[in-house]
Amino acid sequence: MSTETSTVAHKEEAVYVYEAPVRLWHWINALCILALCITGYLIGSPPPAVGGEASFSFLFGWIRYIHFSAAYILIIGFLLRIYWAFVGNSHAKEIFLPPVWKAVFWEEMLHEVKWYLMLTSEPKKYAGHNPLATLVMHIMFVWGLVFMIVTGLALYGEGTGMGSWQYDWFSSWVIPLFGQSQDVHTWHHLFMWVIICFAIVHIYAAVREDIMSRQSIISSMFSGWRTFRDDRPADDIHS
Amino acid sequence: MTETFYEVMRRQGITRRSFLKYCSLTAAALGLGPSFAPQIAHAMETKPRIPVLWLHGLECTCCSESFIRSAHPLAKDVILSMISLDYDDTIMAAAGTQAEAIIQETIDKYDGNYILACEGNPPLNQEGMSCIIAGKPYLEQLKHAAEHCKAIISWGSCASWGCVQAARPNPTQATPIHKVPGLAPKPIIKVPGCPPIAEVMTAVITYILTFERFPELDRQGRPKMFYSQRIHDKCYRRPHFDAGQFVESFDDEGARKGYCLYKVGCKGPTTYNACSTVRWNGGLSFPIQSGHPCFGCSEDGFWDKGSFYDRLTDVHGFGVEADADEIGATAAMIVGGAAAVHAGVSVVKRIADKNMTNKDGGES
Repeated sequence: MSTETSTVAHKEEAVYVYEAPVRLWHWINALCILALCITGYLIGSPPPAVGGEASFSFLFGWIRYIHFSAAYILIIGFLLRIYWAFVGNSHAKEIFLPPVWKAVFWEEMLHEVKWYLMLTSEPKKYAGHNPLATLVMHIMFVWGLVFMIVTGLALYGEGTGMGSWQYDWFSSWVIPLFGQSQDVHTWHHLFMWVIICFAIVHIYAAVREDIMSRQSIISSMFSGWRTFRDDRPADDIHS
Repeated sequence: MTETFYEVMRRQGITRRSFLKYCSLTAAALGLGPSFAPQIAHAMETKPRIPVLWLHGLECTCCSESFIRSAHPLAKDVILSMISLDYDDTIMAAAGTQAEAIIQETIDKYDGNYILACEGNPPLNQEGMSCIIAGKPYLEQLKHAAEHCKAIISWGSCASWGCVQAARPNPTQATPIHKVPGLAPKPIIKVPGCPPIAEVMTAVITYILTFERFPELDRQGRPKMFYSQRIHDKCYRRPHFDAGQFVESFDDEGARKGYCLYKVGCKGPTTYNACSTVRWNGGLSFPIQSGHPCFGCSEDGFWDKGSFYDRLTDVHGFGVEADADEIGATAAMIVGGAAAVHAGVSVVKRIADKNMTNKDGGES
């Protein structure tokens, strides 16, 4: 009890990290991924058959409709997010361009790994993403999403058919690349689980960091402001 | 000078009226406008028959069986006369040395002008010894015939993709025609299917001899007119798919009512072929219509994708066979479990650290 009251009051200024478009995108994107995972799973393993006349029901049609609509929202959001990486603040491009060419990036990532292995008693302090988070988001999330968008549009193009832009831009080369349509389905399905694994790690790390690190995490994605627990200088590499 | 198609047909007792009907039917089957019927008739009347060498490698002859059942009233008789089928060891009259001599004769006589129709594929391992024709590896016969031909037709999934004899672990290294190393670089048209639809086969030949070129091909070398849509896109059970009405097992109410076969493994949504439009045996039926899921026989690798009756494909490389959901759910459980354990350890560590700082603080 005494420890809580004796916490040192900090004077560090809060930093505005996540601008409004980034926050809005984050939550819309999260909802889209949730909808896509649920409907995507059901497309692979449909719910029990509906009885009655076919003309009275459109259950599977709706499942697919939600999947495709959510996918389009996600794609447009992702494109706008890439646009924002160019016009937004310096933190907006972090997950797209991890500074892997800087030795200090890898040193600090190692420090972050040690923090997660509980080999060090204190993490570093970041206004933006820590190097480990940047790397995981870049690989699993950014490229995972690119993979899902490309394979997803290729599968969608099969339905819209030859002559549609989805078919000409995606299906026409993605399907032969993987072998055949069924293989594209399988990989698209496997990467859903990659995204789910990312979401588990992402949510867990966000909660843990919010409690144990030296900066705010969850509330920042609502308010945009990063607040800190101490007033020592931040260790960001990016800016 | 070889006879024209028309002459051959008339000689076989086909009336001009029937001949013109056939031309119209063929134009329609090829998706061409009515104005093309006279063009086809003209080509048939004036062009000499194309010599065809029909070679058989590792295969089951289902392509030939399908081909001879082409169900247009005339096509069955006509197509066999239309082309000058110089060599086809399954259906030719000659046998033995005489039959084999025809191959060389055709190559010499029509060097660079005949069509090489390949049914089946060559095995490459053991120097091609797993498929011997007339005492020599089929591989050699194929390479020799390909050297002098005008173009190659890859009949069926064997010649196009490899098919069952190329299934894991492919001990004989059966190899589809377009991947045979050292084969002369000739244009190849793939007509996959196990077997391909009879009318598709005859239509492809008709197109080639009418226009003296291949029909428009997709990126994988299949004629677009028959392989540009999935079975699923034109399936008559599609409304049941959209409604969410599926056959759960082969003896249930859904099966009797003709519901969608998606859940019992139908590969219609991933299979490019014309079965749901052209159908089989003269448009009588096709697998889905008879209550059996499509198993994607015209797709590359269909023989290595796990059970024909599972919707999700088996993914190899995990020791035991598993589909995407089994692998993914296991991974998610491991990650989730690891996160939970990590959270637990974090809490313990934090409490321990706090106690430590408290003690330190107390002592100093």
